Amino acid sequence: MTYEFNKEVPLTRVGQLFKHGDYVNLGIGIPADIANYIPSDRTVILQSENGFLGMGPDPEVPDKDLQTAGGRPSSILKGGCFFDSVISFTMIRGGHLDYTVLGYLEVDQQQNIANYKIPGVRFPGMGGAMDLVVGAKKVIVVGTHLDKSGKSKLLDQCTLPLTGVKAVHMVVTDAALFTFKDGKFFLEEVFEPYSVDWVVENTAGDVLVSDDVKVVKIV
Amino acid sequence: MIEKPIISPKEASDLINSGDAVMCSGFMGCGSAETIINAITENCPHRDLTLICDDGAWGMEGNPRNGVSPMIYKRIFSKFIGCHIGLNQELQRQSLAGETEVSLMPMGTFIERVRAGGAGLGGILTPTGVGTEVEEGKQKININGRDYLLELPLRANIAFIKAKTVDKAGNLIHNQTARNFNSVIATAADIVVVEAEEIVEIGALDPNLIHTPFIFVDYIVQGEK
Repeated sequence: MTYEFNKEVPLTRVGQLFKHGDYVNLGIGIPADIANYIPSDRTVILQSENGFLGMGPDPEVPDKDLQTAGGRPSSILKGGCFFDSVISFTMIRGGHLDYTVLGYLEVDQQQNIANYKIPGVRFPGMGGAMDLVVGAKKVIVVGTHLDKSGKSKLLDQCTLPLTGVKAVHMVVTDAALFTFKDGKFFLEEVFEPYSVDWVVENTAGDVLVSDDVKVVKIV
Repeated sequence: MIEKPIISPKEASDLINSGDAVMCSGFMGCGSAETIINAITENCPHRDLTLICDDGAWGMEGNPRNGVSPMIYKRIFSKFIGCHIGLNQELQRQSLAGETEVSLMPMGTFIERVRAGGAGLGGILTPTGVGTEVEEGKQKININGRDYLLELPLRANIAFIKAKTVDKAGNLIHNQTARNFNSVIATAADIVVVEAEEIVEIGALDPNLIHTPFIFVDYIVQGEK
């Protein structure tokens, strides 16, 4: 079957993972959109590394002094608070966040992630990503299962400069959800219309299929 | 209380000397001293400065240049130290062309290095960057079974920061996410110039609510609202 990225699937699935009261930092790009996919039966508190807790939806009237870490206008929920950068990264590095969700260029079966640099091509800088992956209790990476040329981004070993070592706890693509076991990708869920066989064939790293693997329809 | 000198944006620009390291606040331009930055862009005669700032702010086609970006386009810096230049095409171009030396580090490391520079510390130990390119050339120290990198203090000759309100003594209140790096940068430069949207009399601010204490501030500039 032809592969076409359906971002609704991983965003919906990751949104379901958070529990009431979790503190979460959503990375710039695809992960930031998860804010719109958190079920309404729970309150999840979003931390933004530029200095606030309780990030709200896009504002009706933008305020130059209230932005997301991606430089977009934002709002703050009632009861939220602002703080300076030292406190912000104290939260991030000090283990005070339950989850961080990041995009990725490559992830490997040793739980390494590469997402900030393609030598000679793209070198935007790592920003806060390296602190987020060492500090959050759970690190989820989210994105496309295959890259634009149809190659797997889930490898036995990352080839690009690493953002974090042994840092990733879960990978959620539009085809599957993996954790890690015995130095391999541990396949726990497959998302329709894909099959277990498709996921195993289209994952370059070693995959251990859970005895309890579920094939589920997300959207 | 003693009042701090209130100077013009041009006078603030004239405080920069050739070869200086200049530290600026701002997160994607939010919370940058843009009135002073515009005066520096217009007046600064130097081409050998170092800019220490989290990011290069917006410098993409079709977007207004904000924060430190106009100074970068004016090419007054030979070196940039920060964390992210992904949204400044000109700084990326200067880096590729070898015109500006660009040194990038994790944001939490940047913040703690500046804090160490302002707090009299000899450095800080962070787990961030262990096992990545960031650890190259750095001392690794194992404490209780975990590896940390020794990261050294970062200071500047002069800093330009932004506040919503300053009293004439130099106490600062920042606004929302424009607060970001301002307080820590205020501690880590020989000369600190604050641009504020509003300058009020001494005694007008509640001492309980000050974000940056006046001891760190040397000069005040009236900014635009």
